Amino acid sequence: MDSEITLWVDGRRETLSVDTRTTLLDALRERLGVTSPKKGCDHGQCGACTVLLDGRRATSCLTFAVANDESEVVTAEGLAEGDEPHPVQRALLENDGFQCGYCTPGQVCSAVGMLDEVKSGWPSYVTEDLDESVELDEDEIRERMSGNLCRCGAYANIVTAIREAAE
Amino acid sequence: MSDTHAPAHRPQDLDDAIAGGVGESPLRPDGTLKVRGDFAYSSDLWAENMLWGATLRSPHPSARIRSVDIGPALRSPGVHAVLTAEDVPGRNLYGLKDIDQPVLAEDVVRYRGEAVALVAADHPETARRALDLIEVDYEVLEPVVDAELAAHDDSLPKVHPGGNTVRYQPIVKGDPEVTADVVVSGTYTVGMQDQAFLGPESGLAIPAEDGGVDLYLATQDLHTDRKQTAAALDLDPELVRMTMSGVGGAFGGREDLSMQVHVCMLALRTGRPVKIVYDREESFFGHVHRHPAKMYYEHGATRDGDLVFVRAQLYFDGGAYASKTPVVVGNGTTLGVGPYDVANVSIQGWGMYTNNPPCGAMRGLGAVQPAFAYESQMDRLAEALDMDPVELRIRNAISRGDTTPTGQVLDYPAPVAELLRRVRELPLPEAPAAGAEPDIRDLPGGASNTTHGEGVVRGVGYGVCIKNICYAEGADDFSTARVRLQNVAGEPLAMVHTAAAEVGQGLVTVQQQIARSELEVERVNIHPNDTSVGPAGSSSASRQTYVTGGAVQAACRAVRERLLAITAERFGEPAAELSLSGGKIVSRESGVLADIAEVLGSEAIEETREYHHRETFPLDERGRSERAQVQHAFSAHRAVVDVDTELGLIKVVQLDCSQDVGKAVNPESVVGQIQGGSAQGLGLAVMEEIQVGEGKIRNPSFTDYLIPTILDMPPMNVDVIERGDPNAPYGVRGVGEPPTISSTPAIVAAIRAATGRDLTHVPVGPEHIIG
Ligand code: FES
Ligand code: FES
Repeated sequence: MDSEITLWVDGRRETLSVDTRTTLLDALRERLGVTSPKKGCDHGQCGACTVLLDGRRATSCLTFAVANDESEVVTAEGLAEGDEPHPVQRALLENDGFQCGYCTPGQVCSAVGMLDEVKSGWPSYVTEDLDESVELDEDEIRERMSGNLCRCGAYANIVTAIREAAE
Repeated sequence: MSDTHAPAHRPQDLDDAIAGGVGESPLRPDGTLKVRGDFAYSSDLWAENMLWGATLRSPHPSARIRSVDIGPALRSPGVHAVLTAEDVPGRNLYGLKDIDQPVLAEDVVRYRGEAVALVAADHPETARRALDLIEVDYEVLEPVVDAELAAHDDSLPKVHPGGNTVRYQPIVKGDPEVTADVVVSGTYTVGMQDQAFLGPESGLAIPAEDGGVDLYLATQDLHTDRKQTAAALDLDPELVRMTMSGVGGAFGGREDLSMQVHVCMLALRTGRPVKIVYDREESFFGHVHRHPAKMYYEHGATRDGDLVFVRAQLYFDGGAYASKTPVVVGNGTTLGVGPYDVANVSIQGWGMYTNNPPCGAMRGLGAVQPAFAYESQMDRLAEALDMDPVELRIRNAISRGDTTPTGQVLDYPAPVAELLRRVRELPLPEAPAAGAEPDIRDLPGGASNTTHGEGVVRGVGYGVCIKNICYAEGADDFSTARVRLQNVAGEPLAMVHTAAAEVGQGLVTVQQQIARSELEVERVNIHPNDTSVGPAGSSSASRQTYVTGGAVQAACRAVRERLLAITAERFGEPAAELSLSGGKIVSRESGVLADIAEVLGSEAIEETREYHHRETFPLDERGRSERAQVQHAFSAHRAVVDVDTELGLIKVVQLDCSQDVGKAVNPESVVGQIQGGSAQGLGLAVMEEIQVGEGKIRNPSFTDYLIPTILDMPPMNVDVIERGDPNAPYGVRGVGEPPTISSTPAIVAAIRAATGRDLTHVPVGPEHIIG
């Protein structure tokens, strides 16, 4: 069964008709040609497909496109301001926070969403003091980024980059 | 010399060499695209009018195919082609070493997951459903599943007509029967590891007007892919043009063909572009894995701790097809005693066919498995001798001038003892304060809150390894580079063109750096990799900086020579007196003569060079060879672990590494390689194993096959030393593999130190700790 939906993708309004079983990831990649979210597993296990869905990070392979009618989707591609990369992107670049780069668009969106969660005072499983504002130390970054696999093992530099971007 | 003749600038007045050359860490040229999400991986490609390909795979590890009925699939709407073995235009066989694997199975299937038929359809779902409509009548056979049995039991079915042995190699040095004061023995097993690159196999084939095909893909070696694909398609290799797309990691898993021939067959049959992308489950079936191994070891030493002998039998399970099994046996046996000087050696290695999933290349090829065994043995020996395990290793460490078990004299630095001393000196993490409430984030189990410190014990362990770099045993190992220097808008621009695969290791950066240093120009572009330039060989065996680096260096020097010759003629100065510096041509006598761009004018200088490393030679029937391998690399790890002895949970608290890289062409990338390699070694140590039962993979997903997350990977102290190899360009030594090898035994040694358990299998699971 097909349904007509509207998505705001990286600032563009897109109207499309999708099979109701289409994931948001497939709608982006195959229907709209937005390929910056990657498919590493299609099962919510790797984080490569992470986008910002109405401002919050989400694995786009785990949600149906039809469930997100009228939603705003921001991918790694939509985070840069013109030629100027987003501070998280810049920090990853400057700290060599990737190798093959396949996980990177997902890491970028996840980190941007995560920094916003921290700013809003959301605790993680490992936040010690729930009354204070979160101190974004290495343990916090690792815990909060643990949904994004990097097989190249660029984790150490990812942590450094996120710390730098958070400043 | 009077003032009037003094040149305007002396060479030393010039700004020093161009920035971003050899020894620096410039940003990756593909980095901006990668962080912005604009880098096109092979799975991102799209073509007008494109169809989707899908692959039907055998559900049985061993079966005879009685019949295949494609009729219903072919008739279903949206399906454009259904192909079987009959449709393979050329040779229905391929392989990296032995050509033994069908493109599509003919009368038998030899592993669960073997490709049997192909579909092209207008939508991936249509293609997948059409696969279900293909009816294959199988006569299921008893699979061969035990490599050791296969080596010795002739009554087992033969997986291939020629028998079940892919390669048997003995290595004998000195007196294999010698005895020693202290003898320790053990049997060790290594599970099947997956490369688990994050970007699954994918390719887009576009049929061409000339009857050929253009394939855009992710691979480690364009030319070897092309050679095998052209033979299967029965096409002139010139008509099979391959272009590299973004590669989402490789680690050995992209050395063999996967979808290459399939997607080209579908495109040529339908006359339309066809794309194949594996999903994660299919990826587990669609590429080779690390060989599982069973290894029997015996070490003998004097009471003082000098190794007297090492004897071992190594069984590698190659699965259904040979792939790199011959090389695994070669590496495993020749490196089987580790980085130690041993007078008497007897090692036998078997690489076997079974009906298990095919195994082939993965980072550390053939050296990972014995390293776990020989390092475990060194710890056992240290215990038996009541010696410090690091001291025992240092005492027996191989060094320059020593002879390997194959009789090769190491004619380059081999700083094994130094690496061990250095890694031992790296700072240790603070011990958890006695009595203080520990931070659960730092304990095994982490935020799952499984312990507050009760039952948790700490251990420290060491591991050191040896890995051969580049192809070995007589292979002509070379790479090709084309370098073009031209004037673009008044600036000199160098273009480097090779077929060498950038798989994330940073090869494009290294090529730029070499060109900058050799040509003293700032702007260096990397031409997309394709088959319109000569072969580069595979991005494997830690060889690309060595061989492709060498080819780029040679091509740049040839360009420089021509540029200087032109300058010499124009300015009437001897070419030998000229050099390049900071974009200018400088004469020793008279200083700056001209800008490079000026001399080039509208002419471009282009040169193509091959780089071949020193010749290697095959092993004889006793495993002797004057030079079996061109270079060896070494790394040492120290691991600190906390183990929850009640639940069997392990946390690697710190993992440190000292490695000799000869010359760090790009120090930042070197550290990245060491961290990434160590992460994969950690995965093998404590979590990664493809579970195979009766020939079938039980855990083909990231839910059940776990790889290290950012929480699993601890902080590392990385200590890089540069003891140049005089035979290699810039003195480089391969970097990528050693850290994958020595990390695993170090972590297991640390778990042993914490728990007192024997631990003879990797990965170590909770069942090994609490059972
Ligand atoms: S592709 Fe969505 S989490 Fe892996
Ligand atoms: S950079 Fe390759 S998976 Fe992260």
